[in-house]
Amino acid sequence: MKNLIAGAAMALMGLAGTAMAEEYPDRPIMMMVSYGAGGATDFQARIVTMTAGNEDALGMPIAIINKPGAGGRVGWNWFATQADADGYTLAAYNVPHFIAQSIKGGVSYSADSFEPIANWGADPAVFVVGADSPFNSMADVVAHAKENPGKLTFSGAGLFVGHHIAALQIEKAAGVKMAYIPTKGGGAAAMKAVIAGEVMGGINNLSDAFRAQEAGNVKILGVADLQRSDFLPNVPTMQEQGLDVDNSSVNFRGVMVPKGTPQEVIDELAATVPEMFANPRVAKKMQAGGSPMHIMTRDEVKAMWAAREQTLKELLAGL
Amino acid sequence: MEFIYYFGDVFSPLSFLLLLGGTIGGLILGATPGLSPTMAVALLIPFTFHLEAVQGLILLGAAYTSTVAGGAVSAILLKIPGAPANIATTLDGHKMAKQGQGAKALQLSFLASAAGGIFGVLLLIFLTPLLAEWALAFGPSHLFWLAILGVTVIGSLDSASVVKGLLSGCIGLWLATIGFDDIMGAQRFIFHPSLGGGINIIAALIGLFAIPQVLTMFAKGRRTEGAEVIEVQKHSVLDATRELLRCPRALGIGTITGSVIGLIPGVGGQIAGLVAYDQTKKFSSEKEKFGKGHSEGVIAAEAANNAMVGPSLVPLLTLSIPGSPTAAVLLGGLLIHGIFPGSDLFDNHPDVAWTFINSMLVGQVLMCLFGLYIAGLAARVAQVPQSVMAAIVLALSVFGAYSVQSSMGDVYVMACLGIGMYFLERFGFSAAPLVLGLILGPIAEANFIQGGMIADATVGKASYFLTGGLNIFLIAVVAASIAYSAWMELRSRRYTTKEEAQA
Repeated sequence: MKNLIAGAAMALMGLAGTAMAEEYPDRPIMMMVSYGAGGATDFQARIVTMTAGNEDALGMPIAIINKPGAGGRVGWNWFATQADADGYTLAAYNVPHFIAQSIKGGVSYSADSFEPIANWGADPAVFVVGADSPFNSMADVVAHAKENPGKLTFSGAGLFVGHHIAALQIEKAAGVKMAYIPTKGGGAAAMKAVIAGEVMGGINNLSDAFRAQEAGNVKILGVADLQRSDFLPNVPTMQEQGLDVDNSSVNFRGVMVPKGTPQEVIDELAATVPEMFANPRVAKKMQAGGSPMHIMTRDEVKAMWAAREQTLKELLAGL
Repeated sequence: MEFIYYFGDVFSPLSFLLLLGGTIGGLILGATPGLSPTMAVALLIPFTFHLEAVQGLILLGAAYTSTVAGGAVSAILLKIPGAPANIATTLDGHKMAKQGQGAKALQLSFLASAAGGIFGVLLLIFLTPLLAEWALAFGPSHLFWLAILGVTVIGSLDSASVVKGLLSGCIGLWLATIGFDDIMGAQRFIFHPSLGGGINIIAALIGLFAIPQVLTMFAKGRRTEGAEVIEVQKHSVLDATRELLRCPRALGIGTITGSVIGLIPGVGGQIAGLVAYDQTKKFSSEKEKFGKGHSEGVIAAEAANNAMVGPSLVPLLTLSIPGSPTAAVLLGGLLIHGIFPGSDLFDNHPDVAWTFINSMLVGQVLMCLFGLYIAGLAARVAQVPQSVMAAIVLALSVFGAYSVQSSMGDVYVMACLGIGMYFLERFGFSAAPLVLGLILGPIAEANFIQGGMIADATVGKASYFLTGGLNIFLIAVVAASIAYSAWMELRSRRYTTKEEAQA
């Protein structure tokens, strides 16, 4: 009797397996965002998945679930250890955050715990100062830091996130010591510290800094990326200003699934999801919100993750 | 006076329909345990994708206004504060409901909410530039002292004993250290994966307030069934209005404390209600009635938490910095329509900005009307037999804790804290000081460390934390608050010894 039941169960599972490969997805999909509702990642995740239910996309809606806490660690820990690898549980990733955290330790994931699907956005870190600051270029900042070692205060959102990586790279490239002040409460708190004059400068997201500059509250001195941004054509990159800072701190956002998800499902997602991101309606909403898009396929993301892990290991080795 | 020009837009058919829907929906969402204003607004954002910017914001503004007030319903009737803003409401409100005055407590809370709320929105309309400067004036050192000011309230919140109040405050401070620390990157007291993100404040609130009550009801068993059913006294709205006008001090202190503290980014909303409650108690001539079902307590707490709504949006609307989690969600609602808060909003989209603000003003009135209507109905909850009530509260608690971030971990945290609190209550400890410790701990700690880092790089800790007008003012208030508590303690002791001597 037991064997019979086991056999029936096996047969059913086999059936379900083939059915899933043919008709995936046949029910709504969940996507976990490891930051709170209203944050940049959450906001963008909601926009890029809004067309998921269309016939030419996945044909099923994607629901966003927030699991915020500890700079994203709570959500990604959950995703690596408890999420079902059945293709109905996706997550948003933030590089370099989760890779830097896994190098630093104390979490149950690494880049090998996840399978990337596609990248939708790239938000570079920028260096901002208050609107009335005497600094007008990165050269001014570096000169001041050289004269007053360890005394130039600048804010950023926490440790082992893109802002912190950018801060480390700037210090290393300029050969100076500055006082990085991590804030609790993310980029908004770091930006407030700059505008209120609590710190002399700060690292922040390009999208948030762009808004603050539009509102006349800050000056943006440099972009930590390889090229200038379309949003800020007049702001030079760090490299143009003689600081050897590459795009390691750029906050790449995209979609991933847990390791062990069936290969057919991964292939299906990897083929459709970049198309879904490319939808003109998505592009329009992202543009309106000041969120830079950067669509990358699964293979490109894989290469990006590997390269990032390499650079971050070197950069964080001394800490 | 520009806002009057755009008043008509609020009353166009579709806008007004959305305003009504947002208000009624907000009241229901707010009254549901676990659904904080932030969550309620986040749930509504997808609906605004399909609306015009103005209409989308009317919906969000109305929902924000009424969820804050709606939280009073579960705080008063079930003793489950829906959000930190409603903690102070439970202290007197639930006692009133237990005495059969649930209808009165709800009427007072909605009237006070509307009065405070309208004042707050008017501040937002007329004094925005001034308030923006005030919001920015608070740096890490000031926020640290403000948190310490909150700590001095801990001892006097517990009416039974200062020592027990301080002890439960310390437990709260310890609980607040659990989790990953964002500033130093350390891991503290994480014995279970569900503690990785620290203790979620909403789950903790539900556990600490609702669970001990459920356990008490279960512990009584069937013995007292029927005998405990409370007669709900009918109470007319007119009487409630008169009562409210008889307490101008509670209403005034609540409204002003709420709007001033609510403005401070990251801190205000959570402690405005409690600070206002404490201040009203200190200035009241009937101190001993607080905590036993006194209407002034409900009025102060609810006036404060709704007065906070308008000013809490100032940093967002003027500087484009979201000062609270709810403001961050509203920022998303603006960005999705390509509108940047700040000068862009008021210069290029005045119709959106002013209609949004007006909708909050009208929303306060509508919220009050609907609130008063449901007050009479909802107060009947007290007539439900205790055995049924315990099951309902337990189910709502589990649902509420789970829904915060769809995580069973929060339910476990809620259950553990609740069971712990049940035993602490038996020894005369109360939940309010513990929660205050839990809220203030991270604020004090983060700002002290952050301020310390800035100070070490610049002027040194002593001059960073101890000089400057605002610092000295806050330190003086802290000292006055401690001195006042000590004096009251000594005086009440002397009286008791006198009485004892006479007896």
